[in-house]
Amino acid sequence: MSETKSKFGAPSKVPAWVSLGLIPLINLVAAFLISGVVILIVGDDPIKALEVLVYGAFGYPEAVGYTLYYTTNFIFTGLAVAIAFHCGLFNIGAEGQAFIGGLGVGIAALYFDFLPFWAVIPLAIMLGAVFGAGWAYVPAYLQAKRGSHIVITTIMFNFIAFSVMTYLLVEVMINPSAGGSPETREFSDHTWLARAPEFTGMADSPLNFSFILALLLSGVFYYFVWHTRWGYEIRVVGQNESAARYAGISPSKNIILAMIISGGLAGFVAVNELLGVHHRVLMDFTGGYGFVGIAVALMGRNHPIGIFMAALLFGAIYQGGTELSFEMSNINKEMVIVIQGLIILFSGALENMFRPKIEGFFKKRQSLSTAEV
Amino acid sequence: MTTNAPALELRRVNKWFGAVHANRDISLSVGRGTIHGIIGENGAGKSTLMSIVYGFYEADEGEIYVNGALCDIDNPQASIEAGIGMVHQHFMLVDTFTVLENIILGVEGGNRLAGGIEKARIELERLEREYTLEVDVDALVGDLPVGLRQRVEILKALYRGAEILILDEPTGVLTPQEADHLFRILNTLREQGKTVILITHKLREIMAITDHVSVMRRGEMVAHVATKDTDREKLAELMVGRSVLLRVEKEKATPGADLMTIEGLNYIDEDGVARLKNIGLTLRAGEILGIAGVSGNGQSELLEVLGGIISPTSGSIRYKGEELVKNPKFNARDLRKIGLGHVPEDRHKAGLVLSFSANENTALGYHDLPMFNKGATLDRTKMVSACETYIEKFDVRPPDATLKASGFSGGNQQKLVLAREMEQDPDVLLVGQPTRGVDIGAIEFIHKQLIHMRDQGKAILVVSVEIDEVMSLADRIAVMFDGAIVGELDASEATEQRLGLMMAGISDQELHVSDPEGEAVS
Repeated sequence: MSETKSKFGAPSKVPAWVSLGLIPLINLVAAFLISGVVILIVGDDPIKALEVLVYGAFGYPEAVGYTLYYTTNFIFTGLAVAIAFHCGLFNIGAEGQAFIGGLGVGIAALYFDFLPFWAVIPLAIMLGAVFGAGWAYVPAYLQAKRGSHIVITTIMFNFIAFSVMTYLLVEVMINPSAGGSPETREFSDHTWLARAPEFTGMADSPLNFSFILALLLSGVFYYFVWHTRWGYEIRVVGQNESAARYAGISPSKNIILAMIISGGLAGFVAVNELLGVHHRVLMDFTGGYGFVGIAVALMGRNHPIGIFMAALLFGAIYQGGTELSFEMSNINKEMVIVIQGLIILFSGALENMFRPKIEGFFKKRQSLSTAEV
Repeated sequence: MTTNAPALELRRVNKWFGAVHANRDISLSVGRGTIHGIIGENGAGKSTLMSIVYGFYEADEGEIYVNGALCDIDNPQASIEAGIGMVHQHFMLVDTFTVLENIILGVEGGNRLAGGIEKARIELERLEREYTLEVDVDALVGDLPVGLRQRVEILKALYRGAEILILDEPTGVLTPQEADHLFRILNTLREQGKTVILITHKLREIMAITDHVSVMRRGEMVAHVATKDTDREKLAELMVGRSVLLRVEKEKATPGADLMTIEGLNYIDEDGVARLKNIGLTLRAGEILGIAGVSGNGQSELLEVLGGIISPTSGSIRYKGEELVKNPKFNARDLRKIGLGHVPEDRHKAGLVLSFSANENTALGYHDLPMFNKGATLDRTKMVSACETYIEKFDVRPPDATLKASGFSGGNQQKLVLAREMEQDPDVLLVGQPTRGVDIGAIEFIHKQLIHMRDQGKAILVVSVEIDEVMSLADRIAVMFDGAIVGELDASEATEQRLGLMMAGISDQELHVSDPEGEAVS
């Protein structure tokens, strides 16, 4: 049906606020409604839960700091997944790329800490991105030159990344005086990223300079994708590979380019987590951010502004949800994951559930008003 | 069943797609035992209307009567039960099944196949005899040529008891001879009392076979006439709403230097199938070389090789004296820079990125030229202004450079592609199916542009499956069959019959007065 619509040149334009604002909002409301029902079933008051969630995420400066700290990770992984999407690729591997990025950050911060801070911090950031990019390069190469499906290979590379990092942390880089837990020694403090300044009231939260980096990268992302020929080529390949070949744009080169950028962006999670917060390399610092990044990119429609909004939403739920599991007796951490899952379900997987009806409503209204004129 | 009632009658049928009124108050009456043609430009609403009759869509308003009885057709099953059968433009057959298996698909008559198959075989033999539709029922559909597959589709409809048969653009994939054969079959069907509805945009077919013809324009029925009372010019005028030139007006070509010489070109694809066999052609300045042939005989591969999209296996392509094969410049991007434009056969698949705006499509393939760039970045303003110039020159509608390519009609999309390639002022222009799916008004415009370019001393290669188009546009015609050039002749010597034979692979040596092969090589 939808094919026929476009075939007959139906005006496919619905107001931007509908497709970018109203529809995501309705999806979100639907997710919260179902979550409310679930909370009712476990015997808690959904309205109170919502209050706690919102207060826990935005109610006081430290909470905002935590929310923005989570948001930072989601911006990085959301952008990472989005650039791959623009090239028609589904990068499930941001998690592993971020983890390996941590190795790059760790190498710089542990073994090059004789350098002054203005040299070692950029070096650590650069190595984090390069390691992440390198980890994405292999599946990209296999996709571009051998046709191995990127979804499969990036999933496999997540497992490989975890195994490699476990080995390195347990056998090679472990700090013997840490009581046997698989982590490195603490980085020297001149490599640490600046925390949020005192006057904001967020100094006790893990929010750090990475947040500024995330905003900068969002701007660069926008400019790169829509205002450079490299971004243009990536989008042509993503939208229509045979048109790319016809235009002399190499799909394989652009697949590799997009994936390298994707992996590099994922590597920034390690900058936020290791250089900004933990100040050491440790297991599982990626915390599922790479996977949630897929939902963030989907919900943000692969646009930096949308990604920021979606990242903020997920950041708020991460932070508010933690608060929620403390405050309310029947809601535990798993319940918060259920709410997250519902949001992902409604805004990602079921994205097109309400869309046709709402768009149809606006199109009909539009055609009626033009008919009246 | 009232005997005098028309076989099919539509009363005031309306259909909207969103804001688009695809069918507006359509009334139509098709007499039993007649062949009724429905013509109209692309997007006129023919296919929508027939989809309503066949139950793919439900009409928003209006009634359908079959043999005088009101029918509520809301799905294809209801339509089949009412005795309506449809032969789609793209065949709905399973290649790995036999003809018999394909025909009984969905009407097996029970859970166990054995009994049903024998009954079906007897029934089919009767049908084949009655309608002279010989097909080997045990052959695999995948092994059959296109013309025979179409017969299988017709048999399939008849087997389901169709009294009214709808054929949607049935000759698009056939050689003229195969089309003639189809028409003979349709005649037999008519003699046996079946009703045939033929949807087409080819006026020749309407004149050749139909009893009555209905003309659609922009979702409306604009005329119902008896075929014997009308002619091609009148029908064309009804379709477009103004008078049009069916034949291109052009001066005789004055060919200049050889711009591109192709010799011994071979291409073997990944599966090891030889797609191009020893192709030799010469493109001369100020001349249009037409490539005729039934689609799928190597024309697409020829265009892709010449456009630098795929590399030939062997052979030579000389462009202005420079050998291109095995040359680092031999890729789509660099060929554009040395003056080779390419309008691809399929604008949706290759020529446009439908989700991009018109102005972004204007830069496709040329996005690294200074005209679209400012330092390291793309210059959006330049893209929009270039696109606006093209839109004005080529009369693209709606004139909106920011509209997505998918929002334009087929003809306007084609104009966007042509404008992009022509406005770069190439010396050699490759054009695949210049007017496929384009309405008559735009066809005239596109042909004029191509002739104009020829008169400026450019070399143009036109590949088209429309034999009329090749004959009216080209100065020389080469015919391709099974990856090889069957023969080459001057357009003035070409007749439909002669080209038709060549398209079927019969190179009639004694018909070649001059030896065009030798000419091409020299």
